[in-house]
Amino acid sequence: MNEMLKIPLTDISAAPPFKTRARQALGDDQLRRNFRTAMDSLMTKRLASMSDADERERLRELGNRTRARALSKLPELLERLEANLKRNGVQVHWAETTAEANAIVQQIAERHAAKLLIKGKSMVSEEMDMNHVLAAQGIECLESDMGEFIVQLDHEKPSHIIMPAIHKNASQVASLFHDKLGVEYTQDVDQLIQIGRRVLREKFFEADIGVSGVNFAVAETGTLLLVENEGNGRMSTTVPPVHIAVTGIEKVVENLRDVVPLLSLLTRSALGQPITTYVNMISGPRKADELDGPQEVHLVLLDNGRSQAFADSELRQTLNCIRCGACMNHCPVYTRIGGHTYGEVYPGPIGKIITPHMVGLAKVPDHPSASSLCGACGEVCPVKIPIPALLRRLREENVKAPNSPRPVMRGQGSKYSRKERFIWNTWALLNRSPRLYRLFTLAATRLRALAPNNVGPWTQNHSAPKPAARSLHDLAREHLAKQGER
Amino acid sequence: MSAKQNILDKLRQSLTGTTPVPDHFDEALVTEIYTYPPEQRIAQLRKLMEAVHTEIHLTHSADWPALLAQLLQARDLPSLLIAPTTPHGRRITEHWANNPQLPVLKAYDRPVEEWKAELFNETPASLTTTLGAIAATGSLILWPTREEPRLMSLVPPVHFALLKASEIYDNFYQVQRQFAWAQGMPTNALLVSGPSKTADIEQVLAYGAHGPKDLVVLILEDQ
Repeated sequence: MNEMLKIPLTDISAAPPFKTRARQALGDDQLRRNFRTAMDSLMTKRLASMSDADERERLRELGNRTRARALSKLPELLERLEANLKRNGVQVHWAETTAEANAIVQQIAERHAAKLLIKGKSMVSEEMDMNHVLAAQGIECLESDMGEFIVQLDHEKPSHIIMPAIHKNASQVASLFHDKLGVEYTQDVDQLIQIGRRVLREKFFEADIGVSGVNFAVAETGTLLLVENEGNGRMSTTVPPVHIAVTGIEKVVENLRDVVPLLSLLTRSALGQPITTYVNMISGPRKADELDGPQEVHLVLLDNGRSQAFADSELRQTLNCIRCGACMNHCPVYTRIGGHTYGEVYPGPIGKIITPHMVGLAKVPDHPSASSLCGACGEVCPVKIPIPALLRRLREENVKAPNSPRPVMRGQGSKYSRKERFIWNTWALLNRSPRLYRLFTLAATRLRALAPNNVGPWTQNHSAPKPAARSLHDLAREHLAKQGER
Repeated sequence: MSAKQNILDKLRQSLTGTTPVPDHFDEALVTEIYTYPPEQRIAQLRKLMEAVHTEIHLTHSADWPALLAQLLQARDLPSLLIAPTTPHGRRITEHWANNPQLPVLKAYDRPVEEWKAELFNETPASLTTTLGAIAATGSLILWPTREEPRLMSLVPPVHFALLKASEIYDNFYQVQRQFAWAQGMPTNALLVSGPSKTADIEQVLAYGAHGPKDLVVLILEDQ
């Protein structure tokens, strides 16, 4: 290969983990092909299902207002939800941290001497790292969503919130099933799914407890609404004698009718489907005269940093999210580096704005800047979260001086640099004072030969910035003077 | 202090001095373009449900038990799970009584714990009724009861569903209003829009993931 065509690379051993992972992902052709294909298809499907631009935009506006209304009454709605769920016979638990949430699940499991938990898809349980925490206590957690099952078999984490195994192709899944399940090697997707079905049906049958997430919790009726295509959500919430739903405190909506626009936005934005195969509305455990369904239903409401985002009226919009994944499907950065590069539960644009509240900005300092701010995420968000604006806001929080008054978030200011702050302060000063600015341009144009050839990371991929021989002001003045002569 | 109190206190403090966002629910937006003339509802439902591999048959109140028997035989299904005490269950029982050699009828008449293995391993098909359907999204409305419990429409690999043409509604919002769902929901209500499916491997659509592999809808045109 022609050496000249190679893009110069920095020494990756010295780079922070996110950048290291990003470089590795960018060099993985298979991974990039898998993501590119999947994201292109998801974008096409979304648009086809929302081809009426007028309806789409009005629906997004309604989705935004519906979520904003729910958040504007959040404490009241959470209490109403709890009261109505309790009336329906559902037990409600509150957890500030993931450790508390895991302890609640563990206690329920121990009370039932549970050995096997079968899980429908739940991103909140991923936040909790429930599988590992409970495994350490001798309780097995098995994923039953096909994608989640695949990544769990391979000791991986989901790389997409809707399509957890999207980074793998059929032959990779075929090898995995062959190695781990001892089945004959087949790349036929239908056969692979039937293998998953067979294995997991036995587990649904055996499981002591079913765990699920929640898409919308309806305060008005005390209803937990779950959407899915596979039926594993229904299995997990109906077959085992106990059902535990885990969800974030922001998932509540006020009225049952509010789910009409939100459900439509969710399934069309996520998969381009008018609706998912199953919309499961659970309002209580098995009644005395019923013949199946769980005897106990529990809801665990988890904070895990959400109340921090909630405290700031701009950052609060992060909690509008209905977890459709459209932002990642449309993100040029996500599509190129894949979900695992982010190293956290939620990847892509939504991950970049929600994760800092969950783990602290200091743990994910590169998240806010891993964006070209192209704006695609904000344009497709079904609840109109201004993701680019929130990324810029997090960039500000990232470089805030230590001991700033009224701290906004945990881990803020982790990228603060006195040198950088000094340069920007000087720059601001120059731009505020015409006299200083003239002096500065005079110096810059005369001393341009002294401008450095190496200005840090910038010059790894770009030519060094050199001041022009004459300033724009100077040129403009001359131009205007010539016009005056005519 | 409890976790609940801490969380609620933090949220309340953050909302100090703010007013709730008013409720301007846009009813027209979620209904107007999702309203169909009565004669188009079946076609609309059919188009969407068939697009996701649902098998749909138009039939009449006099003929459906015979059609059901024929579909079972065509599929070589040895037995069918029904709710014998319901009106449609009785229709099936009557038809079966007059036609020997049809597949065995089974009833879901005891708690699941007493026959879980049989339900999972030896129950190839079931028939349930529906509360109606939604034309806008191509969805059946299932409302499990004591007679037709939740797992009846989920565990057997083939699910037959009975739908009256007059109970096909336009959209989800209309259904919520019609049945006053906001005033009370059952323990479990479902919208089912096809057989179970997944696209989790390479986005290739495969049917029969965890729920029924086949969904067969019998629409009673005269009811």
